[in-house]
Amino acid sequence: MSTNKAIDTVAGGKAGVVGNYLDDRLHGASGVKKLLNKVFPDHWSFMLGEIALYSFIILLLSGTYLTLWFKPSMTEVVYNGSYMPLKGVKMSEAYASTLDISFDVRAGLLMRQIHHWAALFFVAAVSVHLLRVFFTGAFRKPREINWVIGTLLLVLAILEGFAGYSLPDDLLSGTGLRIAEGIVQAIPLLGTYVAMFLFGGEFPGNDFISRLYSIHILLVPGILLALVSAHLIIVFYQKHTQFPGAGRTESNVVGYRLYPIYMAKAGGFFFIVFGVTTLIAALVTINPIWLYGPYTPSQVTAGSQPDWYIGWLDGAVRLTPNWETNLLGHTISWNLLIPALIIPGIMFTALGVYPWIEAWVTGDKREHHLLDRPRNAPTRTGLGVMAISFYLMLWISGGNDIIATAFSLSINEITWSLRVLLFVVPPLSFVITKRACLGLQRRDRDKLLHGYETGRVLRLPHGEYIEVHAPVSDEERAVLLGKNDVAPLQLGSATDANGVANPKGKSGARRAKLSEWFYGDNVPVPSAAELEEAAHHLAHASHSEITSH
Amino acid sequence: MALSRRHPAAVFAVLAIALGTTGAAYAAVSASTAPKQVVKSATQVEQGKSLFLEGCSSCHGLAAQGSSDGPSLIGVGSAAVDFQVGSGRMPLAGPAVQAVSKPSQYSESEIAALAAYVASVGPGPAIPTQDMLKTDGADLALGGELFRTNCSQCHSVSGKGGALSEGRWAPNLMGADGKEMYEAMVTGPQNMPIFSDKTITVEEKQAIIRYLQELQKQESPGGAALGRLGPVTEGLFLFIVGLGALIVVAVWIGAKAK
Repeated sequence: MSTNKAIDTVAGGKAGVVGNYLDDRLHGASGVKKLLNKVFPDHWSFMLGEIALYSFIILLLSGTYLTLWFKPSMTEVVYNGSYMPLKGVKMSEAYASTLDISFDVRAGLLMRQIHHWAALFFVAAVSVHLLRVFFTGAFRKPREINWVIGTLLLVLAILEGFAGYSLPDDLLSGTGLRIAEGIVQAIPLLGTYVAMFLFGGEFPGNDFISRLYSIHILLVPGILLALVSAHLIIVFYQKHTQFPGAGRTESNVVGYRLYPIYMAKAGGFFFIVFGVTTLIAALVTINPIWLYGPYTPSQVTAGSQPDWYIGWLDGAVRLTPNWETNLLGHTISWNLLIPALIIPGIMFTALGVYPWIEAWVTGDKREHHLLDRPRNAPTRTGLGVMAISFYLMLWISGGNDIIATAFSLSINEITWSLRVLLFVVPPLSFVITKRACLGLQRRDRDKLLHGYETGRVLRLPHGEYIEVHAPVSDEERAVLLGKNDVAPLQLGSATDANGVANPKGKSGARRAKLSEWFYGDNVPVPSAAELEEAAHHLAHASHSEITSH
Repeated sequence: MALSRRHPAAVFAVLAIALGTTGAAYAAVSASTAPKQVVKSATQVEQGKSLFLEGCSSCHGLAAQGSSDGPSLIGVGSAAVDFQVGSGRMPLAGPAVQAVSKPSQYSESEIAALAAYVASVGPGPAIPTQDMLKTDGADLALGGELFRTNCSQCHSVSGKGGALSEGRWAPNLMGADGKEMYEAMVTGPQNMPIFSDKTITVEEKQAIIRYLQELQKQESPGGAALGRLGPVTEGLFLFIVGLGALIVVAVWIGAKAK
């Protein structure tokens, strides 16, 4: 009798009963409570990573559906499905089953298009999320390791996307694989052996699609899933960064608890991402494989392009002159080695180690939980925009033929222009961005000292016109004062006071120079004394305005 | 004084009447000659020659032998004339890397006359007959394979055309009719190679034309086709519309927080 009573009084009714049952056995209540009470800060840019996560979930769901019908086999079959223009054509089973998915499987085409659009979304969201983290300095201590995981996720996402693009074995994907084979062959000494190993003999062979399939649906997604989990657990454990603002410090997080607000928002956003992806997939064609026909090494099509995330590498290949050297009977194909292996190698390595480079240059060993506004780290922001503009030039050249026909231009002139612009635009973007950031910093300082311009223009009794300034709001003031002011490193000179050479002098001087370059132009936040004087001045100004009436 | 008795507008009235009657008479005469389309070959060649001398010889030479400004037309055949003049590519609008298709400057009978004249200076591929352009029984799948093997490297698999070097291009085939396609294959205009009946037989040409006509008719099964230009327009769409929409939503959710 008494036990029944106890059950009746459990808070939350039946859910409470289930909860108690589970807690008695798993002892999870305190952990779950901690988890649900976790506070997340709010900013729209923090949701970019969420888009990536949700696209990944959509990819897993739609991809599973596709595996039920896709046949990863290069066995030759005669197509006998319902797409008339290919009826009776010999093709691989992989291509035939992709056609079946598109025309003869219920919801197959929609699922294929959801999967493909979600893949484009995934890599795009990962990239934009990466830019957000970079430009706000969220990669700084203690988050360097999560930054590296993020970089790995980007590389794997690109590889995974390319593997998926190559699976249908249509003319476009085969052409892409042919280029991939060429890139592998361009590896000095090992290239030809590695290519033969990967393809199981001469290209295209009979093994590659099935090998790629297990890589695409098992190996890479498995690693991606593990890394995504690690990425999220670390975010949980280290707490999310936040922008400076009123009441926000390096040691707190201002926002909403995971349950119920954040969960509702994140859950809702998942359905919006899923909805937008499905809507686009239902309305807009992506990769109409039936137009391309089955892959045959003897065929090729104008306008052969990879998906957007490989576009910049394709562009790099298109821009590189046809350089080759013959060394002791071996051909070194610089024309592929440079654009397809060396440039991405440098780009991704620089990306991965950037947190340590910046920490070394700035000598900043502190933990950072408050984000930088991009203007407050002008050199970093400049470097970021420089990298983006470099990427953009390569990206544009990846579509040089489409641009040529769309705008009636000469493809040769486009290519030559881009070869020049590739070296001109990035440094220019760096300088312009840095100057723009410094200008914004001066404006911020000005706002703190002189208030903001109210737009009210007054005429004083003696005829002078003034615009009334008013102190900025407390919230904005907190944002402006939240600037992370760092002085350049002072690392001593090459010789000490007695003229004895400093053993670390030379490298120290070099490092100090770099640090000066990184921070030297920064506009300092006004000191407390300056602010007090400014406040006094502002009060006085408004006072004189009142008396002048 | 005799002049002053006439109304000042009389001179214009007389002029208008004179022009009107001449015009009407000319129209009547030309209308009466129009139905006689089946003119004797010799007359047609003569007419073609005079049209040629008037409109083409400044570049192609007085005897169609060519000059520094234009190639010889001996042996290009009537199909080449029908294609080039019929699609408005000839006469050229101006010196450029490639002739542009535009409304034809000549009537059908004039084109036929020009074609007859050019065919008379040397044998070459003839304008295809209606029989040759029948594609009902042609092999659609074969046409697709032939198109992807021989044509798509320039015209792209979707027939939307593509870029060639130095500002030249392979035109979009989605507006071309069967006769134009056939004539282009046998004469190889501009940068296009010639596909004679030995390399691609008449039946195979019909198959290619049927495949292209199928593409022209085909509605995109997967929704908006984005110009059938491949991953470039797909990527642009993703960033501008797709990611744009999601970021707008993210900003909206972010703004709702406050």
